[in-house]
Amino acid sequence: MRKSLFLGLATAAIFSTTAQAGTLEDVKKAGFVKCGVSTSLAGFSAADDKGNWKGLDVDVCRGVAAAVLGDATKVKFSPLTAKERFTALQSGEIDILSRNTTWTLTRDASLGLNFAGVNYYDGQGFMVSKKLGIDSTLKLDGAAICIQAGTTTELNLSDYFKANNMKYKAITFDTNDQTIEGFKSGRCDVLTTDQSGLYSLRLKLEDPNSAVVLPEIISKEPLGPVVRQGDDVWFNIVKWTLNAMINAEEMGVTSKNVDEMKKSKDPAIGRLMGGQGEKLKLDDNWSFNIIKQVGNYGESFEANVGAGSPLKIERGVNALWNKGGIMYAPPIR
Amino acid sequence: MSDPRHNSSELPSKPPIWNDPKYRALFFQIILVAALFYFFYSLVSNTLGNMEARGISTGFAFLSEKSGFDILMSLIPYSSDSTYGSTFVVGLLNTLLVGFLGIILATLLGFTMGIARLSKNWVIAKIATFYIEIFRNIPLLIQLFFWYIAVLGVLPSARDSHSLFDRFFLNVRGAYLPAPVAEDGMIFTGVAFVIGLIATFFASKWAKNKQIKTGQRPPLLLIALGLLIVAPLLVFFISGSPLSWDVPKLAGFNFAGGIEIIPELFALLLGLSIYTGAFIAEIVRSGILAVDHGQTEAALSVGLTPAQNLKLVVIPQALRVIIPPLTSQYLNLVKNSSLALAIAYPDIVAVFMGTTLNQTGQAVEITAMTMGVYLVISLSISLFMNWYNAKMSLVER
Repeated sequence: MRKSLFLGLATAAIFSTTAQAGTLEDVKKAGFVKCGVSTSLAGFSAADDKGNWKGLDVDVCRGVAAAVLGDATKVKFSPLTAKERFTALQSGEIDILSRNTTWTLTRDASLGLNFAGVNYYDGQGFMVSKKLGIDSTLKLDGAAICIQAGTTTELNLSDYFKANNMKYKAITFDTNDQTIEGFKSGRCDVLTTDQSGLYSLRLKLEDPNSAVVLPEIISKEPLGPVVRQGDDVWFNIVKWTLNAMINAEEMGVTSKNVDEMKKSKDPAIGRLMGGQGEKLKLDDNWSFNIIKQVGNYGESFEANVGAGSPLKIERGVNALWNKGGIMYAPPIR
Repeated sequence: MSDPRHNSSELPSKPPIWNDPKYRALFFQIILVAALFYFFYSLVSNTLGNMEARGISTGFAFLSEKSGFDILMSLIPYSSDSTYGSTFVVGLLNTLLVGFLGIILATLLGFTMGIARLSKNWVIAKIATFYIEIFRNIPLLIQLFFWYIAVLGVLPSARDSHSLFDRFFLNVRGAYLPAPVAEDGMIFTGVAFVIGLIATFFASKWAKNKQIKTGQRPPLLLIALGLLIVAPLLVFFISGSPLSWDVPKLAGFNFAGGIEIIPELFALLLGLSIYTGAFIAEIVRSGILAVDHGQTEAALSVGLTPAQNLKLVVIPQALRVIIPPLTSQYLNLVKNSSLALAIAYPDIVAVFMGTTLNQTGQAVEITAMTMGVYLVISLSISLFMNWYNAKMSLVER
């Protein structure tokens, strides 16, 4: 898998002289969106027992497929490890990377990528076994910590322990599933990743209550979809797909009432429902299709990670800006 | 007698240059070389051009940037303040360590099992057969998971460690041994050992000469034992035993002090050497069977013991058959060590082509460097083994 990626990068770099532009045309021609997701992170991107991908990150890709192709099911998912993800996007193996990826300066500026927004505000947390009786990250001096390779988590961890003058041992695995195996076997005392990921991974323990997530959050992890740099048409489509979902929640448009809302006299809702498609080089129905087939941001959140899911994560900072959170989308006009 | 047909002026004139095989061959070779050059030139320039067009950073400047992440095991001083360049060295040394130890262990195991499989003792021969057939036929990755998760992963936690004399500890975090700490005066023991080493070298020369002259072989093993172990030990005690032990102690989450062997290294070594050892065993067996049975009969009839026969007659001849395929197994072992990633051992693929690549995003440079490393390691092993092969080959007088 990994080798094929590098080979892919090499061949793409060598033989593609048409460079980047034209993802939209390519997607329309292929009839599906190629979407990079995680290998398995319940709530964000995980395949169910029938092989259907579900999750908050998955819904971004489904939204883009609905906007571009009018059908949210026209998505081909590629499960990627943290290490593989950027190469897969750079080489054109995928069109969107929607894989709980933290937006940082280095990634935005030096990898030839663009972040199209934030669909989940996260922060790095720690999970420990309950029987250790630890209630604060500041008591973790000397601990062995399981961690996934190629993440911002590795860097934050080092910074945090150094700032607090503590020592630790990093046991770096390739996938999330391996980190939880290491945690189960007792190879490490602590598991660290984004806090949402901790809740998701905790469900994989035989007894999820045997582990506790510590209250401290040691970093900012704004997670969002990523596209290749230099293809502004595609960048805009992904960016405004996410914005349309957030705006729809703000205006109270849901997948259930979208047909009635289409007749609404409110000009803002009217703009959300149509008339802006041409500017994005899409049909006028683009946003209607997103909301109808995928739902607004709030619906997606509740169904995948919120109250309607086993994760039961509170909206917290991910609530809309006018409901006490920081989720804010520029207006559609 | 001049036959007009042999007159030089009558010879068929030189063929035109495009029909001359010599020039033709040269022509096509030049074209091939030029095409190859063009291929690689456009490979590199297109790659660089496209990466620049996509806004991907290129070049090797990242090697001197601060890495900012920690590595589980390092043979050189390393912290998150070190550079990406030092992550390369850390990964490289970890790969070399596991390759070096793995080759030694696999060779020992392979030779033992290969000879054991030919044993006349039914039990020993069957044990060796079982070992070879089981471990040769299961994929290495599965064996690594087996050792790491099923064997080392079920060891007790740090607080309930297995211990031996309260000095050696074994738990799920690894093995902990007392570390020797040299104090003032230890230098004398070291000097005594070096002197013993030199003396042993001359003693073996003397013993060989004596055997050639008189046919009597002096008890060299005893002499060496005395020079290398007894004498340094005497010096050690006379100088007042200047050595203390740093015994690992349970502190907080885990043991501190002493020597720590992480389970990732242990599992990787077990997996690699047991897997490769099974192949080496078969190579050794085929090598021994390739030596004509008449050689053994001749050796036994001149009065050599079976052990001497094996050591002096069979193995030297078998080695000529064994060494070339053995080299391939060594190369396989080193390359297979890149599976380390699956069990969190920080080798060059896991550290440099893993985390470093992901943090910097410079896939082309890092992949090229890593490929270069494996190429250099493999070629070095090949060179060494070719040299050894030439040394062992039949000297015709």
